[in-house]
Amino acid sequence: MTSVAVIDYGMGNLHSVASALKHLGAQRVLVSHDPAQIGKADRVIFPGVGAIRDCMAEIRRLECDQLLLDVLESRHIPVLGICVGMQSLLAHSEENGGVDCLDLVKGEVRYFGDDHRDADGTRLKVPHMGWNQVQQTLDHPLWQGIENGSRFYFVHSYYADCADRSLVAGRGDYGVGFDAAIARDNLFAVQFHPEKSADAGLTLLRNFLHWNGQA
Amino acid sequence: MGLAKRIIPCLDVDNGRVVKGVNFVDIRDAGDPVEISRRYNEQGADEITFLDITATHEERDTTVHTVEAIAAEVFIPLTVGGGIRKVEDIREMLNAGADKVSINSAAIREPEFVQRAAERFGSQCIVVAIDAKRVAGDTPRWEIFTHGGRKPTGIDAVEWAVRMADYGAGEILLTSMDRDGTRDGFDLAVTRAITDAVSIPVIASGGVGNLEHLAEGVLEGGADAVLAASIFHFGEYTVQQAKEHMASRGIEMRL
Repeated sequence: MTSVAVIDYGMGNLHSVASALKHLGAQRVLVSHDPAQIGKADRVIFPGVGAIRDCMAEIRRLECDQLLLDVLESRHIPVLGICVGMQSLLAHSEENGGVDCLDLVKGEVRYFGDDHRDADGTRLKVPHMGWNQVQQTLDHPLWQGIENGSRFYFVHSYYADCADRSLVAGRGDYGVGFDAAIARDNLFAVQFHPEKSADAGLTLLRNFLHWNGQA
Repeated sequence: MGLAKRIIPCLDVDNGRVVKGVNFVDIRDAGDPVEISRRYNEQGADEITFLDITATHEERDTTVHTVEAIAAEVFIPLTVGGGIRKVEDIREMLNAGADKVSINSAAIREPEFVQRAAERFGSQCIVVAIDAKRVAGDTPRWEIFTHGGRKPTGIDAVEWAVRMADYGAGEILLTSMDRDGTRDGFDLAVTRAITDAVSIPVIASGGVGNLEHLAEGVLEGGADAVLAASIFHFGEYTVQQAKEHMASRGIEMRL
């Protein structure tokens, strides 16, 4: 029985990720921030969209930080962070004038910049919106069946820059190289939206449903 | 390696049925938006835009059900536009499974609506649609028109795009009312003027009649994405063929 909890701290639309999981055959998908409910799940998705300050405020107010620590470090069940869910795991973000995050993964969340350009000087639009390639930098069960360099759907203006490079599972490039996926023990986190990334994204989510939490 | 340009097929939906003539050979129910979305998804569409041209409030329920049905099986970004007037309309569409909403006349009536919407739901899901028409004069200038291009507003399209980006729009959907339905290609001058003026992505729309028009939208217009309806609906070209053509012109695509 695959039972997935999508942690809901009130930021953004969790419909897509829940419906993708159901489509892939997850028997039970619950969208909640209730520890009792999440305690019944055998894996957890930690999503997030919007501004980091509002996200962090809600994560703390609803005690989702404790919840996340519990599933990661006491229960040791598989956890997938998505987009701002990934960014919030880092120590600190430049967004909203600087916001302290969960510090579960050492590193900074940085801004692409207002006048962001590629190596040729061509101006790049911010947010980074659309399909970009991800280079897999670690062998990981969640990459299984996904060709290296596959494109995923991104929407973000800030990006993760992990201090411990051994945790980086995937890299993207948008004028600057950035960490598109990180992996540590039973945690995997991605900057892109697998629930919006057609076959490549669905394969990653299917892998997550079958993952035992071991790298 | 880098960010791909996007192709966005657009469905004009009236009371749960795709209009503007749909002619897929294999599809029994040619006007079913769910079936057409599935087909475009299989062909590699990068996103889907769903424009609700339904007139009455009662028919909105049909729209919500259709959006739910598409979102339950098509896992690429879905934008819903048409009749988005209040924060509640946005919430309803996002809850139905839309990823973005497109705001058009409500922004003209009350520009601050865009600001509120972006603050509440995040810029990433707020698209501002601009219907622009060239106005006579020595220097190129475009004005925003409403009511299907019949009613001038006096608002300069480029200035409006800049203002909407400042108000938190995450993307601009730019339709040339001079070109819409003509199959003569995008109005590349207004596309270029707006893509140069704003730092957010711009989707070019209106006038696509062949695959080279799509490529021009990116290469000459500077668009980040191109939107088309009839060339795909009539089965003239598949989305895949369009992407291959654009790639052959040196444009980075998701193939």
